[in-house]
Amino acid sequence: MSRATLEPPEVDDTSERPAPRSPLQRGEAKTGWGLLTPTLLIVLVVVVAPILWTIILAFQRVRVIDLRRRGLFGQWTLQNLERVFGSPGFWDTLWTTVVYTVGGVALSIGLGLAAALAVRRPFRGRTFVRASFLLPYIAPVVGATFVWQTMLNPEYGVLNAWGTRFLGWDRPVDFLNEVSGSLLGIPVPTALLTVILFEGWRYFPFAFLFLLARMQALPGDLEESALVDGATPTQRFRHIILPQLLPTIAVLTVLRFVLTFTKFDDVYLLTGGGSGTEVVSVRVYDFLTSRGDIGAASAEALVLAVALAIFVGVYLRLVGGGRSS
Amino acid sequence: MNTATWDRDRIEKVVLNVLRWVTIAVLTVISLFPFYYMILLSIRLIQDVQLSPGSIVVTPGEIAFGAYQEVLKSVENGGQGFVRLIGVSAAVAVATVVVTLAVSIPGAYAVTRLRFYGRRQVDSLFLAIYLFPAIVLAIPLYVVLSRLGLRGSLVALVLVYVAQTVPVTLYMLRGYFETIPVSLEEAAQLDGNGRLGVIWRVSLPLSRPALAATALYVFMIAWNEYLFALLFLVERRDRWTVSLGLSQLAGTIEIPTTVLMAGSVLLTAPIVALFFAGERLLVEGLTGGAEKG
Repeated sequence: MSRATLEPPEVDDTSERPAPRSPLQRGEAKTGWGLLTPTLLIVLVVVVAPILWTIILAFQRVRVIDLRRRGLFGQWTLQNLERVFGSPGFWDTLWTTVVYTVGGVALSIGLGLAAALAVRRPFRGRTFVRASFLLPYIAPVVGATFVWQTMLNPEYGVLNAWGTRFLGWDRPVDFLNEVSGSLLGIPVPTALLTVILFEGWRYFPFAFLFLLARMQALPGDLEESALVDGATPTQRFRHIILPQLLPTIAVLTVLRFVLTFTKFDDVYLLTGGGSGTEVVSVRVYDFLTSRGDIGAASAEALVLAVALAIFVGVYLRLVGGGRSS
Repeated sequence: MNTATWDRDRIEKVVLNVLRWVTIAVLTVISLFPFYYMILLSIRLIQDVQLSPGSIVVTPGEIAFGAYQEVLKSVENGGQGFVRLIGVSAAVAVATVVVTLAVSIPGAYAVTRLRFYGRRQVDSLFLAIYLFPAIVLAIPLYVVLSRLGLRGSLVALVLVYVAQTVPVTLYMLRGYFETIPVSLEEAAQLDGNGRLGVIWRVSLPLSRPALAATALYVFMIAWNEYLFALLFLVERRDRWTVSLGLSQLAGTIEIPTTVLMAGSVLLTAPIVALFFAGERLLVEGLTGGAEKG
C-alpha cells in the first residue's frame, strides 16, 4: 500500500519481467491475482477446461449412450475427422457458412455505416431514431425470428399479402422454405438470402453503434480545412472521414465475422437449417442431439474453430500488411 | 434560377440531404415495423389475420386479448404457463447479474489499478473467450453436465452465463474505473482501507452509472440467451425460460400465430423497456473504448 501501487496503468513495465521485484510489487501481484481469482476460476472451469476436452473428444469414439460408463480417455481415433471430411454435405455446409457470414457481415456493416452517416449531425428526434435503430440488436432472438417467420409466411404474412396485391407477384413466396427462386430473372438461393437479410437487419445496430461513436470522436479541424479548400461532401467522405473510420471498420469486420461464422440461434430458429441454409453450427447441434454422436460433433466443432482461425489469420495478415506499408 | 450556382458541391449537398432523410426513414421503418407487427398480431383475432393478412391497422372494436390470456394461463388450466416461465427467466437473469458483478468488480479493479505480471495475458484470455464460439463450448458442457447429472440445473446455466458475460463486463467496468481519480483512492487508503475497502467505499459509489449499464447488459444477455437454455433445460419443462418455452411452443401442434406473437411480446417487452430506461448509459458504456480511439 504505497504511492507506487497507485500509478496510472499506462506506466506498465510489467511485461519486461523478470526484473528485481520489491516486496511491495510482490504484494501488489498477490492482491491482483487474488482479486482476479473468482473471475478466472469460473472462466477456467466453464470455458477453458471444456475447450480442452472438446479437443480430446474429437479424437475419441464417444456417443451419448456410452457417456455414463466412459472414462475421460478412451481409445484414440482419427475416425471422427475422417467422417467429418468424408460425410455427405460437409463441404456444402462449410460453403453455405462462408456465404452466410460474408453476406451477413458485409450487409450489417454497410447498413450500419449508412445509418451512422445519416444520424451523424443532430436533428429533431435524433434520440428516438438512434434508439429505434438499436431495437433489432437488443430484442431477444426468439422473438425477432418469430416475427420474421410470421411476416414472411406465405399464407397470412404481411409481406406476401402486399407483394401479391401491390407488387404483382403471381404467387406468394415461401421465403424461408424455398431453396431457390428467381429475382428479376436471376436464380437466387431464396432461403439463404433471407437468412442473410435477417443477419444484416439484426446486426447493423452493432456496427452503427461503434461507427457513430467513432465519428463523433473525430477531430473536426481536418474536415473544416477540407471544407475551406472546397472539397465536396463526397470528397470529404472519401478522403477525410472514411480513412479515419477504416481501423474501426477493420475491427468490426473481424468481430462480426467471428461471431457470425459460428452463429447458431438465428439460422436454427429461422429455418432449422433446411432449404440450403445449413451452417456448420447447426450441423454440430444436430450431430450432438439427434444423432447423439459426441465424437463427430466435437470433430466438426474443431474443424469450425480451425477454419475460423485460418480466415481471421489471413484477414489480419492482409489488413495488417496493408497498414504497415 | 441561376444555373451557374448548381456546381458539383451544391448538387451533392442537395442529393445527399435527400438521401440522408430517405436513409433515416427507411431504416427507422425496418427497425420498428417488425415490433409493431408483433404487437399488432398479438391483439388481433386469428380469423381476422387470416382474412386480411395485409392489414396493418386494428380498429378498437377488433382488439382482443385472448392470446395473452392463453399464453399466461397456467398449464393446468389449459394455457401455456408463461407466468412461470417469466419467473424462471427473471430469476436466472438476476442471479447472473449478481454473480457477474460480484466476480468482475474486483477483477476489473485489479486489471485497472494493479500492476502485476500476467495482466496483459489476462486481457487476451478474455478477448479470446468473448470471441470463442458458443456452439463449440456447448458440446463438452453438455457432456460434462450429463455425466454429473447436472443438466437441467439452473445453477449450471447461471455459471455458463456468467462466464459468457464476464469478458465484456470487465471491459466496460475497466473503462469506467480508469476515469476515477487515483488521488481519491489514495486518500481512502491513507484512511486505513484495504483494497476491498477502497473498491467498496470509493470505486463503487463513483461508478454507479457504469454499474447500472453493466447490469443492464448482463441482464439482457441472460434473458435473451437461447442455445444453452435449449441444450440444458429442454427435458425439464418446469425450468423452461421464456425463450425456450416460446420456441418449444412453436414446434408443437397447432398454436395460433396470435398466441405466438403474444408470447413474443411478453419476451421482448421487458428488454425493450429496460433498454429505453438505460439506453444512454448502455451506449456510453459499450462504446467508451471506441470513443477514446
